[in-house]
Amino acid sequence: MKAPAFLRLSPRWAPYVFISPFLVLFAVFGVFPLLFSLYLAFQSWEPTSGLDAMESVGLANFAFALEDEWFWKSLKNTAWLALASGVPQHLVAIPLAVFIHTSFQRLRDGVIGAYFVPYITSTVAIAIMFSSLFSTDFGLINAGLHALFGIENIDWLGKPENIKPAIAFIVFWRYIGFNMVLYLAALQTIPKDLYEAATMDGAGRLQQFFHITLPSLRPMIFFGVTLSVIGGLQLFEEPFILTGGKGGADQSAMTSAVYLYRMAFDFNDFGGASAMSWLLFVVVALMTWLTNRAFKPRGGGA
Amino acid sequence: MKSDRLTPWAAYLVVGVGALIMLAPFYFMFVFATQSRANIFNLPPPLWFGDDLLANLKILTERLPFWRNLGWSLYVALASTALTLLFCSMGGYAFALMEFRFKKALFTLVMATMLLPSFMSMIPTFMIMDALGWIDQHRALYIPGAASAFGIFLMRQFAATAVPKELIEAARMDGCGEFAIYWRIVLPLLKPALGTLGLITFIASWNNFIGPLIVMRSLDNYTLPLALRTLQSPVNTEWGALMTGSAIATIPLLILFAVSSRQLIAGLTAGAVK
Repeated sequence: MKAPAFLRLSPRWAPYVFISPFLVLFAVFGVFPLLFSLYLAFQSWEPTSGLDAMESVGLANFAFALEDEWFWKSLKNTAWLALASGVPQHLVAIPLAVFIHTSFQRLRDGVIGAYFVPYITSTVAIAIMFSSLFSTDFGLINAGLHALFGIENIDWLGKPENIKPAIAFIVFWRYIGFNMVLYLAALQTIPKDLYEAATMDGAGRLQQFFHITLPSLRPMIFFGVTLSVIGGLQLFEEPFILTGGKGGADQSAMTSAVYLYRMAFDFNDFGGASAMSWLLFVVVALMTWLTNRAFKPRGGGA
Repeated sequence: MKSDRLTPWAAYLVVGVGALIMLAPFYFMFVFATQSRANIFNLPPPLWFGDDLLANLKILTERLPFWRNLGWSLYVALASTALTLLFCSMGGYAFALMEFRFKKALFTLVMATMLLPSFMSMIPTFMIMDALGWIDQHRALYIPGAASAFGIFLMRQFAATAVPKELIEAARMDGCGEFAIYWRIVLPLLKPALGTLGLITFIASWNNFIGPLIVMRSLDNYTLPLALRTLQSPVNTEWGALMTGSAIATIPLLILFAVSSRQLIAGLTAGAVK
């Protein structure tokens, strides 16, 4: 059952035929948008006036962003949320992974699954669920805090000083399983005889943790923290949904990505939003580089 | 000796309590899905299932074209999965086992885009969809996604180890056409990776919020996450119905996760662990 001659593909052209559906989409929806947004960053344009109304404004969009109070505020919010959700993720995920690695055999998959499942669930469902749990008068979190510690109801989502910790908790909850799995994978590569030798030398569990486990995990810590930083700086869905797309009281939960969205789709400033997206790109790249420097294992090996 | 016995129990306790905290929000989502709005407002709030599931469903279907939204979510997720699997398996096969011009440079470019923050493409994507006339069209959701850099990465990695070059050479010698080689030899060998990529693509599309938020305009065309969000308002939110909707949106994911958690977790952390 051979294909007719005109349908037969010569081995020379085959790779181009196989790669082209992907490459065409990649060029149109992956590369072109980036180049176009770079161009747009130097234009003044709003979508209602048609493509002809675009006007070159040089660096004005960038200058405007840098003088914009909300731009800096959104950056500060983003950094706060990235740190407050990111750092605890790793501080908790590492010991959890060690516990599971050393003490769980039969229930291992089930336990890992329980921690991982928030990562694959819809952010919208999660945000809806938590906006109920965090609600002031009938939320379970306040009910629990009152029952356990006698704390009066806290206005989690309405007060500027409370909304950030609430969102940071949700992000922490969502990604801890992912980080735990990374550390579990790294733990499996540590040779067992290292621990045996340490036990022979009379090193306790804590000593082993600090002198064998932690140094061996260092490359993965570097990688995981980098991922958290990059992810944290892009935070959009949780704050967007929990604040009804506005950024919360006093813009206290307006992350950079949320502000970017609002600038384009609420305030119709597409040029300004594009300029801002490139400024943010520089921030993300810079933070990635800094994390890289801070955590990367120096010299050869451990 | 004493501490050796104690530690596992401490570990079980910490890990177990943590797991309960992780799962509690899901539990309460399902509990609230069966409670009326009035009951959810009770103090203390209900901790066990009620019998208002059908009433909640009725409110949900009155306020939203709920089944339609659910259908669109399913349609977009299936279309997106099919396209991604087809295009990424073809591309990954070519990147792994064939020679062509600019191969290295192209692959590096594709991988580099994986590092770019997602907000970079928000505005230009909207403008392209507008220029193409794809606003409020579902193809705006499943076609761009098929150019998945992650999919190409996964397929290339897998094809490089799972598809022997000699097998392809031999088939070519026997006069097998290039499409036949791809379809009858390469695709079957790629099956495990196709399964993983399929699961990940389906879940990502099912959960996608930013994509539809930017391009979809009418409630009748909304996918589930977007439609559910319209029920949330500063006052008079129908919490029971909203929880029922969220629970229905979550159940397919929980089922998929239950039957494939090992494969899914391995796939989602593939870039990190390798």
